[in-house]
Amino acid sequence: MSTTRSQVFEYERGAAAQELKDDPLHGEAMVLNMGPQHPATHGVLRLVVTLDGETMRDVDADVGYLHRGKEKTCESLGWAKFFPHTDRLDYVQPLANNIAYALSIEKLAGIQVPERGQILRVLLMEVSRIAAHLIYLGTTCIDLGAITMFFACFKERETIYNFLDAYTGHRMNNTYVRIGGVYADLDETSTGILRTWLKDFPRAVDTFEKFLTGNRIWYDRNRNIGIIDRQMALDWSLNGPNLRGAGVDADLRKLEPYSGYERYDFEVPVGTVGDCYDRYLVRVEEMRQSARICVQALDLLEKTKGGEFLSEDRRYVLPPKGDVHRSMEELIFQFKIVTDLRLPKGEAYVPIESSKGELGFYLVSDGTAKPQRCHIRAPGLMNVQAIPILSRGRLLSDMVSLIGSLDFVMGEVDR
Amino acid sequence: MTVTLVTLLKILVIYGGLINVAALMTLAERKVSAWMQFRIGPNRVGPWGVLQPLADGVKFIFKEEFTPEGANKFLFRIAPMLSAVPAMLTVAVLPLAGDIAIPKLGTFDLPFFGPTELGGITTNLSITDLDISVLFVLAVSGLSIYGIILGGWASNSKYSLLGALRASAQMISYELTLMLSLLSIVVMTGSLDLREIATSQATIGQWHIWTQPLAFILFVVATFAETNRHPFDFAECEPELVGGFHTEYSSMKFALFFMGEYCAMAVMSGLTVTFFLGGFGVPFWPDAPWFVELPAFLAKTAFFLFLFIWVRWTLPRFRFDQLMGLSWKWLLNLALFNLFLTGLASALGWF
Repeated sequence: MSTTRSQVFEYERGAAAQELKDDPLHGEAMVLNMGPQHPATHGVLRLVVTLDGETMRDVDADVGYLHRGKEKTCESLGWAKFFPHTDRLDYVQPLANNIAYALSIEKLAGIQVPERGQILRVLLMEVSRIAAHLIYLGTTCIDLGAITMFFACFKERETIYNFLDAYTGHRMNNTYVRIGGVYADLDETSTGILRTWLKDFPRAVDTFEKFLTGNRIWYDRNRNIGIIDRQMALDWSLNGPNLRGAGVDADLRKLEPYSGYERYDFEVPVGTVGDCYDRYLVRVEEMRQSARICVQALDLLEKTKGGEFLSEDRRYVLPPKGDVHRSMEELIFQFKIVTDLRLPKGEAYVPIESSKGELGFYLVSDGTAKPQRCHIRAPGLMNVQAIPILSRGRLLSDMVSLIGSLDFVMGEVDR
Repeated sequence: MTVTLVTLLKILVIYGGLINVAALMTLAERKVSAWMQFRIGPNRVGPWGVLQPLADGVKFIFKEEFTPEGANKFLFRIAPMLSAVPAMLTVAVLPLAGDIAIPKLGTFDLPFFGPTELGGITTNLSITDLDISVLFVLAVSGLSIYGIILGGWASNSKYSLLGALRASAQMISYELTLMLSLLSIVVMTGSLDLREIATSQATIGQWHIWTQPLAFILFVVATFAETNRHPFDFAECEPELVGGFHTEYSSMKFALFFMGEYCAMAVMSGLTVTFFLGGFGVPFWPDAPWFVELPAFLAKTAFFLFLFIWVRWTLPRFRFDQLMGLSWKWLLNLALFNLFLTGLASALGWF
């Protein structure tokens, strides 16, 4: 049995309250407004909860408080200038957003990314995935009261930030991906930081599991809560770890490999029950697998040392700054790209498996310097949709585990 | 005359001490949590951050005193007092050390009283010695829930109301466990006097933690619930209920709730020590002087206070129904079973 969209929309507000009034053992329902400023809603999500005692009868998830018009911004800014804005979508993994946007543009323009560029991108995506999952784990733990775990997660994330700081020059909002590759090659210092960290990280994940997986309170708070079965997950187009937690073996890295993911050896963890606990296990295992991919990517980078990491296609890729000062032709290229970067007519959509699920930018070009349409397919929005059906009939405390385990970032949901 | 003066002095010292312990506990909580979380903790005010509680107090006084619209002003105002006062009252019967002999100090000409002879009595370090102090403790500590219920209800906020409802249900359930686990001690010692219970555990081997291990565990769990501490802190439960019953409180009213919580923790730790760890008794030194007994008592109490902090920053939080299930399905039954066994052993004359 699964609930479809139409069934839920049929569900009138107030129907729940009427139901309660007819029941002689219950009084009136209480409408509790959680958010948009609430410690557990992970950003500015507003939940209107109809409560009967502590039981949630009806939940209305109200999104849009962080709407900044990113799609429209893209349409008015132009192709290349939108990169910094993609950072601000899912701000816990800016580089993955960069790459998703770049992939769509590259498909539209027909650019080939050099091998080393692709390896670097995979490395950045996997590092971002670990960082995002660490945020998930930390914030969920803080919501369930295990505050120290939050710091344990952020200690690991700190090293990721140090690596990104050394490599990209920024801790957050890196904007390091360019059309046709990445901005610069990986240097020795950054490689050193990442290699040392990757050696210790699996042990850190073991420690997290030691704290939580066998912890009776953690188990009770997550097991059999928010069960998403296979059919429902597909009906509601849930994605990412939420879909895999429900037992659907769907990972775009395996299904439609991009950036050369087919070269890496990794496994896709899949849950059996589809509850919060399964989603937790899936994410923890994904962190381990991502670390594996990172090690492989670093080894590949070792092999392709000195190779190209940025395409030389001068229609779309900026020439090196030194050449611009010396050569007339390069100066013209630079001028053309900065002021009037045109993409051929057409449309493109390349989805990637971000830490939250299928993330893609649907771009339509009419041949001018600005996209005719940019649509961001944000996985978080689909995951938010599951809140009302999952929380109905559960206790208010379960809402916290649910929100945590669905793992969305409002910057991406509202965009 | 001397007795009155000595009692007044004891009241001043013990209450002053309790409030200081509560203040230092806030610092300890932040320091210990910082160590557990790879942080440094407060270290700006005074050496090692010792004056941080003072700075916090000053901050609280200068905060805006806010009363929400539609609140019951009278209840809203007295609720913090109702929460803090019972927690502090219970310390009155806590035996902190054994007898203190005060030598004769001579005759003094006091205003209003005329020439009075001072000194020459023997007293002990507790404000008063009731022979039913166990009952007193249970009765008074049960009152502190009123502060939380009334505060939550009078705030006119849904979050506060939910927090208050949870707290009342939780307190009532766990009070049963608390009392039943203590009853087995009462059965064993045959006394309701805390001092007698403490002195009956003269040597380490007689500590009730060995004779009543189950009651000890039950009591410690129940004290966590009774003081609204993590993992049972449903009255506040920040992720769901924002601040629970004290969501709408600010300024010194909030500080009073806070003080009440820490005082209750200190008193409950003291009670645990008195009931199960020999109270003020010094291990391997049966007739230690009072100035050794007092630090011994404080050290044992400090361990339980540390336990409160340790658990808070380690475990996730229960869900409310799981907490009630734990109480009614497990702890209460175990406490009854333990009481039954103790009663049986007592009837058979095993101790």
